[in-house]
Amino acid sequence: MEKSIKGKAFVLGENIDTDQIIPAEHLVYSLTDPKESQLYGKYAFSGVPLKESGLPNNNIPFVNGEELFSEYSIVIGGSNFGCGSSREHAPFALMKAGVKVVIAESYARIFYRNCVDGGFIIPYEVKEKLNKIISTNDEVEILLDENKLINHTTKKEYPLNPLGDILPILKAGNLFEYARQSGMIL
Amino acid sequence: MGMTITEKILAKSSRRKSVVPGENIWLNVDVLMTHDVCGPPTIGIWKKEFGDKAKIWDKQKLVIFPDHYIFTKNPHANRNVEILRAFAKEYDIPNYYDVGTERYKGVCHIALAEEGYDIPGTVLFGTDSHTCTSGAFGMFSTGVGNTDAAFILGTGKIWEKVPESLLFTFEGELPQYITAKDLILRVLGDITTNGGTYRALEFNGDAVFSLSIDERMTLTNMAIEAGAMNGIIEADEIVENYIKERSDKEYEIFKSDIDAGYKAKYKYNVNEFIPLVAKPHSPDNIDTVKNVKGRKLTKCYIGSCTGGKLSDFVSAAKFIFGNEVRVPTFIVPASTYVAQQLEVETISGVTLKNVFEKAGCVIAQSSCAACLGGPMDTIGRAQDNEVIISTTNRNYPGRMGSKKAEVYLASPLTVAASALTGEITDPRDFM
Repeated sequence: MEKSIKGKAFVLGENIDTDQIIPAEHLVYSLTDPKESQLYGKYAFSGVPLKESGLPNNNIPFVNGEELFSEYSIVIGGSNFGCGSSREHAPFALMKAGVKVVIAESYARIFYRNCVDGGFIIPYEVKEKLNKIISTNDEVEILLDENKLINHTTKKEYPLNPLGDILPILKAGNLFEYARQSGMIL
Repeated sequence: MGMTITEKILAKSSRRKSVVPGENIWLNVDVLMTHDVCGPPTIGIWKKEFGDKAKIWDKQKLVIFPDHYIFTKNPHANRNVEILRAFAKEYDIPNYYDVGTERYKGVCHIALAEEGYDIPGTVLFGTDSHTCTSGAFGMFSTGVGNTDAAFILGTGKIWEKVPESLLFTFEGELPQYITAKDLILRVLGDITTNGGTYRALEFNGDAVFSLSIDERMTLTNMAIEAGAMNGIIEADEIVENYIKERSDKEYEIFKSDIDAGYKAKYKYNVNEFIPLVAKPHSPDNIDTVKNVKGRKLTKCYIGSCTGGKLSDFVSAAKFIFGNEVRVPTFIVPASTYVAQQLEVETISGVTLKNVFEKAGCVIAQSSCAACLGGPMDTIGRAQDNEVIISTTNRNYPGRMGSKKAEVYLASPLTVAASALTGEITDPRDFM
């Protein structure tokens, strides 16, 4: 795991459900074929109504036009991020688009597990409503050892909740690597 | 302190005497269920991670129901079913229910019950958030993603954090215009879409135990809409009779101790209940039907694991009998069994199927269909800025297709009453 992750922030509202993260009509592409699976990146957050996309100014698409990647690597959400369906395609789509970290007040259980057990993105929890404080396009940096977010645009720092029990799984890479390293499976 | 039913089942599954909320434990899984959307990637991860040694931990415990994108020309969706078919053949999977054969069942959560996989006291995981439906049988059931499912497929084990429980007690007698859908919408309004996150929702009380199996499944099905890990109802004689007709498996009935610990307890008297809706765009955006009465509709939809069971169609048919619908109305039986029963169940000698056909409804083949939008050619899919009332479970933007569409969630009685007027209508107006 890197010690620090730097990038542009993309900010969203509350209850971002998995249909907004990756609409159901896209759940048909291969997740293993390198070219086809990149379509998940292309359509990441394509279900978010444009008028709610990229707070606080909105009308900012997460992925531009026909591009396959997003310029944003850090997503800041509110409470209950990833609610709705069990589709692991959701954190996978964010990873394919180039997201490294999501920061939210709280997560839906299955989305949270999928982020961690699949080793796609790091789901940080935070006590403050950062999605009301940080703006889309702010340059932010996450210091993983210190569980801290620095907003280089506003020169402010915010504490993140420690990752706790899931840190060993994230460090190993995914649930399978963790289970292999701890001798649970061969 | 005593334990809740959820804690007791998780203790048994983790081979411990007791568990407490917050503990991370490893469970031994009794059934793993998957479908056409999440099955292929689950199989892919299982093959990649276990390599040449990839072995299914117990073939009898793996159940595969293609059900999501079935009646579509979308080549990618059809490829997913082909992957399942090839996998079932290669590994000789006994519990695969293939599309286009007599074995095809329809929506997985309802088929699990019908085919006798829902057994009290057991632990079932599925690659679908509505896997919590099976909790109506006094068992622990919950949804997981592909990686977790692939891990279970190879090991039969998975980690889980023991949830705190919330208890919802419904007393009284259900008025005839109230269904289980109104009860769970009330719960969602009270605790919101994350009030149950990482928690168990346990339902009890006279009104709950008076419900049919179908109606109990509506309650547990929508536990996930509150973010819950599982929904659960203790098994009683109604459950025992249901499973004895479908399975010869042994079962163990667990009940919560009198002194079990709950994070919170909620008590309701259902005699006072009035019909409810979830307004766009969240299942916890609850209002009374009365307050949104008159909203013009473009479509009505009765279907899905939540609202496409036989009891849902029996309820809807009571109003629709002898009338004509004013807006396009889709009848989507959750399972092929439910579809067959529409030709058996009658009102005044007329089959439900005939009731719906004569009223001008469109009857679709059993599958998840437009509940989750699906491929563009999915029957009943929300187009543009439609206004829809539906018996399904979610109304986040785009859930039923177009993200401009407005979806109201309601009981089959409310949807049927609304179909007859073309605007949101209180079922009490038809009684």
